[in-house]
Amino acid sequence: MTDLTRLSAAEALDGLARKDYSAVELTEVHIRAVEAARPLNAFVVETPELALEQARASDARRARGEAGPFDGIPIGVKDLFCTKGVQSTASSRILEGFVPPYESTVTANLFRDGAVMLGKLNMDEFAMGSANITSHFGPVVNPWSPGTLAQHDEAFAAEGAAAELVAGMGQPRPRQEWTFTRKLVPGGSSGGSAAAVAARCVMAATGTDTGGSIRQPAGFVGIVGLKPTYGRCSRWGIVAFASSLDQAGPMTRTVRDAAVMLRSMAGFDPKDSTSVDMPVPDFAAALTGDIRGLRVGIPREYRMDGMPAEIDRLWEKGVEMLRRQGAEPVDISLPHTKYALPTYYIVAPAEASSNLARYDGVRYGQRIDGTSLKDMYENTRAAGFGAEVRRRILIGTYVLSAGYYDAYYLKAQKVRSRIKQDFDEAFKRCDVILTPTAPSAAFGIGENTDDPIQMYLNDVFTVTVNLAGLPGISVPVGLSADRLPLGLQLIGRPFDEETLLRAAEALERAAGFEALPPFMAGAV
Amino acid sequence: MLIKGETGDWEVVIGLEVHAQVISNAKLFSGAATAFGADPNTQVALLDAGLPGMLPVINRYCVEQAVRTGLGLKAQINLHSVFDRKNYFYADLPLGYQISQYTQPIVGKGSIVLDLPDGSSRTVGITRLHLEMDAGKSLHDQHPSKTYVDLNRAGVALMEIVSEPDMRSPEEAAAYLRKLRAILRYLGTCDGNMEEGSMRCDVNVSVRRPGGPFGTRTETKNVNSIRYVMMAIEYETNRQIEILESGGTIDQETRLFDTVKFTTRSMRSKEEAHDYRYFPDPDLLPLVLDQAWVDEIRSTLPELPDEKKARFMEQYKLSAYDAGVLVAEKASADYYEAVAKGRDPKIASNWVTGELFGALNRLGKSIEESPVSAADLGGLLDLLADNTISGRIAKDVFAAMLETGKSAAVIVEEQGLRQVTDTGAIEAAIDGVLAANADKVAEFRSGKDKLFGFFVGQVMKQTQGKANPALVNEILQAKLKG
Repeated sequence: MTDLTRLSAAEALDGLARKDYSAVELTEVHIRAVEAARPLNAFVVETPELALEQARASDARRARGEAGPFDGIPIGVKDLFCTKGVQSTASSRILEGFVPPYESTVTANLFRDGAVMLGKLNMDEFAMGSANITSHFGPVVNPWSPGTLAQHDEAFAAEGAAAELVAGMGQPRPRQEWTFTRKLVPGGSSGGSAAAVAARCVMAATGTDTGGSIRQPAGFVGIVGLKPTYGRCSRWGIVAFASSLDQAGPMTRTVRDAAVMLRSMAGFDPKDSTSVDMPVPDFAAALTGDIRGLRVGIPREYRMDGMPAEIDRLWEKGVEMLRRQGAEPVDISLPHTKYALPTYYIVAPAEASSNLARYDGVRYGQRIDGTSLKDMYENTRAAGFGAEVRRRILIGTYVLSAGYYDAYYLKAQKVRSRIKQDFDEAFKRCDVILTPTAPSAAFGIGENTDDPIQMYLNDVFTVTVNLAGLPGISVPVGLSADRLPLGLQLIGRPFDEETLLRAAEALERAAGFEALPPFMAGAV
Repeated sequence: MLIKGETGDWEVVIGLEVHAQVISNAKLFSGAATAFGADPNTQVALLDAGLPGMLPVINRYCVEQAVRTGLGLKAQINLHSVFDRKNYFYADLPLGYQISQYTQPIVGKGSIVLDLPDGSSRTVGITRLHLEMDAGKSLHDQHPSKTYVDLNRAGVALMEIVSEPDMRSPEEAAAYLRKLRAILRYLGTCDGNMEEGSMRCDVNVSVRRPGGPFGTRTETKNVNSIRYVMMAIEYETNRQIEILESGGTIDQETRLFDTVKFTTRSMRSKEEAHDYRYFPDPDLLPLVLDQAWVDEIRSTLPELPDEKKARFMEQYKLSAYDAGVLVAEKASADYYEAVAKGRDPKIASNWVTGELFGALNRLGKSIEESPVSAADLGGLLDLLADNTISGRIAKDVFAAMLETGKSAAVIVEEQGLRQVTDTGAIEAAIDGVLAANADKVAEFRSGKDKLFGFFVGQVMKQTQGKANPALVNEILQAKLKG
């Protein structure tokens, strides 16, 4: 039998439909893969029992002919999503032990369509970070990190009669041990999601993207990451970071999988006032392979000083790949691009400083007592939040303060409208926009940490999309000189994920990215 | 109103901020119930408790109530308004912010006409009305060292109604609150119950030389009765004048009213004032209203106190004072109109505002709880009008009605109080009195006119008060002169 962890979700759906294997079989294989991938630290919580229960229910539905469009697919869920009865912490100490009595709309939609949850995925604390190094549960390791595989013979641990019995069963079991020679970051904040999908321990994962948190890690691990249009997926039940920017999306190994999974995630939710009441199309049906005449905008402002030449070359290659399939490259200008990062780092912390005020130790999560209410707040929040979260709360509080509001927050909102106008203008001349996903390939854990600004630069190509509320997707296109994945980003018109996905699939096909990470669950 | 100080006259300037709890079955953003008096923390949605990932969704009915109130205050309805977050930390504020409206409220400028005790009226400007959510309640007296938090109130819709600094005396402030409360009750948008906290008041007070520039104001928070509001103003006025006259300056600060000592004391100074870091709530889109919807609400507005008062004066020829008293509560006005229907409106007014209100006052009952229904009071007035009973008897009958709840007709029948209009019987009674008091008759006839009253009294006594007074007068006159 083929290794079930190597299948795309779409292939697995076909196999399940043909009864080649059951959802329980598919899930069991992945439960073992999750265990094998523990060195990546991708999971905060593993939920094998829940997964098997869901898989059994999935098989029963399929037997009754009631299988949903994502039925039986084992996925991981970013720890930012509240999952009923399963600890949900946003990878923060302050929420350690918090078990929500409710299910986020997006995960509820996925379960409605038959998804099976293998566990909760590690992430940057409160989704603040671009390297998955700010998690309370430790950093996630990129499965593309170089390493060596050594084989040991497992010594029998048993004694007496048990040892005899084990010995009687035959051969000593070889144990393979993977040693990383250099640990790379998977990107962030959806680093656990990215690593788990790339390492083949989940078929797909949910991510959230506030400034690039789906697309940049997808680029760093060589998978597909789609941030839908703001309002496409409900934010209800997702721990809020920056409400006007946050959007959930699929992280998958193929564009088709992203299309299929998005259909199950998306939809109007009356519980989220910013969710948009529009029909959810069959995104996969839009993958016609035909991009003839598609106008692809190439924004000149995204050609940054000091950007590695290989990123530039990859971008040009991407343009060529689309051109060869009949698309028409168009030079466009997004003049306010250079203000995007500063704008983002005012708007997002401002909203975060308010959104995170509820973590005060009064009602749930961690509490460190004090001699007064104020003392308790200070103790709880000082101990509960990590350094990056505290930094952003401080920035956000500052930019909203009396006397600074106009100069920072209000100004940032004005620039934000200009950035949105840039895109409105650009989309009069093109149908999608092609850019690099990130200005570099994955870097080592511990690098880029001295200067937060250096870290923030990771989001330079992705934050504009959040500020404008547009859909964006990262597609793996090639490898760096160090044999690390590099992605390109396509940006679409609001609520035109169909065109975006069609272009992304064309790019994916032309790129033919088939490299696999050195560390994979099934290979160890 | 001017206040004499040591160094000359002072004028007090008052502005009020009223927090009025919106009448609605559900909270402003969460859908949880709002019933008063439920067990602690039994009316709390996930949002009200500030759980992660919970989002607010505006309650359309609360918006409708705010618009209705705005229309009742003759105010500008803003078709585009914005909800902001007012950020501060407190144990009974689970989200860490209150969702309110800051720079773009749902209702703009309006006005309220005050009915002053001397029958005159005065207009006070409304600056704005905005919608916001209430916080929960901290209970500090349940445990020696702990504070308990009840979140039933957290998220309940409030209308903050801000007046212009247009009031000049505690009496005007009281008149403003009474009128505002009447309007809210007429509209059915707030029950105006200050004891239950569904209407709370922040009092802004400053003093100045008459006609001079405004002085520095203080804000006294959460004053929960009209009487306390008047006391707080009185105290603040005197305190501020005293400071200014002794050469001091007023600190712009937030103060608290002490309900035991009836004083105000400093809560926090301007320097300690919160920086609320207002910004538009990114979880909520701007609130955009349809003019047609606003017009539809306008078309369903009830007759409000001012219009009703004008109509009462016009239709029933009542004085401004009487009309004002009757319309102060919608239930009183309705009661009056039921009594006045088909009867003498002036007599009806006298009975409702005199006997009935006096009795209710004594009994400590509201008009809704009146032991005498409007129909029964009308029945009593009918017996009076057709001379079945006299005015004096009517008062006794009314007292019996209050006591027994029986109708006037039943009481008159049972107690045989029917007025004697049989001239023969009256004549016989008069003859008896005159015969028994021949000496007084002689005195009267020799010019002692004042004795007429004595004879009337004697006749009424003979008839147990039931004789028709007009007939008694008439026959007695004739016989004495005869």
